[in-house]
Amino acid sequence: MANKRVDEPTGVETVGHEWDGIEELNNPLPRWWLWTFYATIVFAVGYCVAYPAWPLVEKGTEGVLGWTSRGQLAKEIQAENSRKAPLLAALSQIPVERLPQNGANMRAAIAGGQAAFKVNCVQCHGSGAAGFKGYPNLNDDDWLWGGDLKAIEYTITHGIRQPGDKQTRFSLMPAFGRDGLLTGPQIQDVVSHVRTLSRLEKPSASSRRGAAIFAEQCASCHGVDGKGSREFGAPDLADAIWLYGGDRATLTETLTNSRQGVMPAWGQRLDPVTIKMLAAYVHSLGGGEAFVEPAAATADAAAAPAGQANEPD
Amino acid sequence: MSQIETIVPARKAKPREQLYAKREPVFNKRIDGPFRRFKWLVMAVTLAIYYVTPWLRWDRGAYAPDQAVLIDLAHRRFYMFGIEIWPHEFYFVAGLLIMAGIGLFIVTSAVGRAWCGYACPQTVWTDLFQHVDRFIDGDRNARMRLHKAPWGPAKIARRTVKWAIYLAISFVTGGAWILYFADAPSLFRAFFAGDAPAVAYGTVAVLTFTTFWLGGFMREQVCVYMCPWPRIQTAMLDEKSLIVTYKQWRGEPRGSVKQAEKNPLAFGDCIDCNQCVAVCPTGIDIREGAQIGCITCALCIDACDRVMKQIGRPRGLIDYATLEDCEREAAGQPARPVWKALLHARTLIYLGVWGAIGFALLFALGTRARIDISVAQDRNPPFMMMSDGSVRNGYTIKLRNMQSRPRVMEIAMEGLPGASMWTDEMPRSAAARKIRRTLAADTVENLRTYVIAPPGAAARDFTFHLRTLDEEREEDSSEAHFDAPEATP
Ligand code: SF4
Ligand code: SF4
Repeated sequence: MANKRVDEPTGVETVGHEWDGIEELNNPLPRWWLWTFYATIVFAVGYCVAYPAWPLVEKGTEGVLGWTSRGQLAKEIQAENSRKAPLLAALSQIPVERLPQNGANMRAAIAGGQAAFKVNCVQCHGSGAAGFKGYPNLNDDDWLWGGDLKAIEYTITHGIRQPGDKQTRFSLMPAFGRDGLLTGPQIQDVVSHVRTLSRLEKPSASSRRGAAIFAEQCASCHGVDGKGSREFGAPDLADAIWLYGGDRATLTETLTNSRQGVMPAWGQRLDPVTIKMLAAYVHSLGGGEAFVEPAAATADAAAAPAGQANEPD
Repeated sequence: MSQIETIVPARKAKPREQLYAKREPVFNKRIDGPFRRFKWLVMAVTLAIYYVTPWLRWDRGAYAPDQAVLIDLAHRRFYMFGIEIWPHEFYFVAGLLIMAGIGLFIVTSAVGRAWCGYACPQTVWTDLFQHVDRFIDGDRNARMRLHKAPWGPAKIARRTVKWAIYLAISFVTGGAWILYFADAPSLFRAFFAGDAPAVAYGTVAVLTFTTFWLGGFMREQVCVYMCPWPRIQTAMLDEKSLIVTYKQWRGEPRGSVKQAEKNPLAFGDCIDCNQCVAVCPTGIDIREGAQIGCITCALCIDACDRVMKQIGRPRGLIDYATLEDCEREAAGQPARPVWKALLHARTLIYLGVWGAIGFALLFALGTRARIDISVAQDRNPPFMMMSDGSVRNGYTIKLRNMQSRPRVMEIAMEGLPGASMWTDEMPRSAAARKIRRTLAADTVENLRTYVIAPPGAAARDFTFHLRTLDEEREEDSSEAHFDAPEATP
């Protein structure tokens, strides 16, 4: 820095830089400023000693206070859990179908269920629960196995066709084509009939032939009018909603090879309260149905385990 | 180069090896005069506003707090006399802040750094503390003596009393601040009963300390080293702005009264009595020209005018003047009246902008609605096919009742023929085109709402219309979009 010089009027040395003819005088700093600066240095050193600060080859310095972000997280999670404990305890006492009677509990359950849904369910049902082909849309009012809180809780707990769960929801549609129960033309006739049921096609000779086959082969589960049966998990074929699709190719495929979708039995992985909350959330999506008390609630009917009409054996 | 280095200044008295400069304490002398009296007035008014405002009451009825000025952070409301501001109306506050900023520009372009000299909190509290100094330790000379005196019982006693008073002022200052954020009387009681929230004690502690430290000890250093505003102001001043100026052409060369009497023609009006320096709260010598340390408090004008009166010369050796006027006067032309300097173009433009924003805010305030509806459509999924082929969309309707009384409201759908709606608190069977709700006073409500349209419905826009079913008949509406599957050919 050869340009250092002493400024004549003030008698102060310049710092030696020049910007556009403007030079800076090398005046000393105010004392308080300097001490503040030293204080920050002392603080920084103290901080480095107290907290994890320096990265080393294997791991960083640990800090004498033993603080870690992981430890803090664990503490916060613990605090959060103990905060939630009374609510969860209350939820575990209430049967799922009684939840709507207490708005606060219902809202808490829906919020908790939404969180659990995001972790466990979105992979199949989508983040908005609108489903995909083969994975039911949970927002609509079409329920294969029932859409009241209790039915939903049961479905989540035991899953659909979950191996190893004796109480799982189970239905079996024959593979009419593969197993040779129906011939190709017969299947096409049934397809025509099914499509007339939901008004996708106008009645034709083919559909009239299909109607006869339908009455014989399909009506036992789907009903004569094709409206399905929740007892057997048989889809309503007369409505506008298709799990796999209502076009001819898809229906042909369905009839030929059958469909055997599987949903995990979450009772094996999640605790009952989480499942209850999930049921509340799914119920809240817009298609939830009111729970109707069984009409003849006699003593032994109440004692019998509910919802096991379709236990496979 | 070596040539330059040989210029050894005469004033290089002490070695410059020190890392820091010790602060030169300022012992400003008491002065009386029109500017000082004005400064008293501003100080009294600003301090009174600050300390008294939280105690003013304002009756808002049963559903809203009765404090005239209240920043209710917990409920996100801002009350100012008859005006209540909700978070979404924050533009009023933003507008006020912009007006405050432009107001500062107006003041600066008209009268220089007068804000700094009179109304800036740092100045007001520093002034207050300097009066405490004077009250306890005496005026300038006594204070200087005491400063130099060794520590002994008398000095310790004086310092203890003075700092105790500093602390008391600081505590009252910090304490008044929190009263703006909660009901003042109850917070006041709770504070001394020990059950105010921790944040209240923390805030009071911090503000007490900063007032004590900045007002009692840092003083002019805040203005010179910490505050950004003098730097901005420097850029805003020009030769048309009024500033406190020493009229060099009139004062120089300086000489004592005796010298001047002996040789009147050789000396200017300044008799080098140093009164202007002695009264300056920032301890600068205005005769060295405009400088960042000058807060334009004009106390040096009061001081010098007094001196001029005593020695029988016209006042105004140090005066509020524009550089232009100084040059004019130096060239022998008559001085223009001060008010002319106030009315230059920049000031008027700022004033125009300031007024326009003010009127816009007043207009908005006079016409704003006290109910509000806004609608957000569910996007995931955008629409839902129902089993009978009808199409359902979900919305979150946000309703606001900004009045402090419950109001009955009706939400009606306009457009979308055949459609009806229901909320998640109603059975679907009750779906209708109009729903009625009573909104509690001063609340926001989020309604999960489903709109269902018959099979074959097409995507289109429609409106949710909100109106109150009381005498006031306030209305608001929100556009919404209804999504539907692409029509199958
Ligand atoms: S008060 Fe006036 S006369 Fe005295 S030193 Fe200052 S400018 Fe000169
Ligand atoms: S120089 Fe004069 S106007 Fe400036 S701060 Fe000092 S007393 Fe006030």
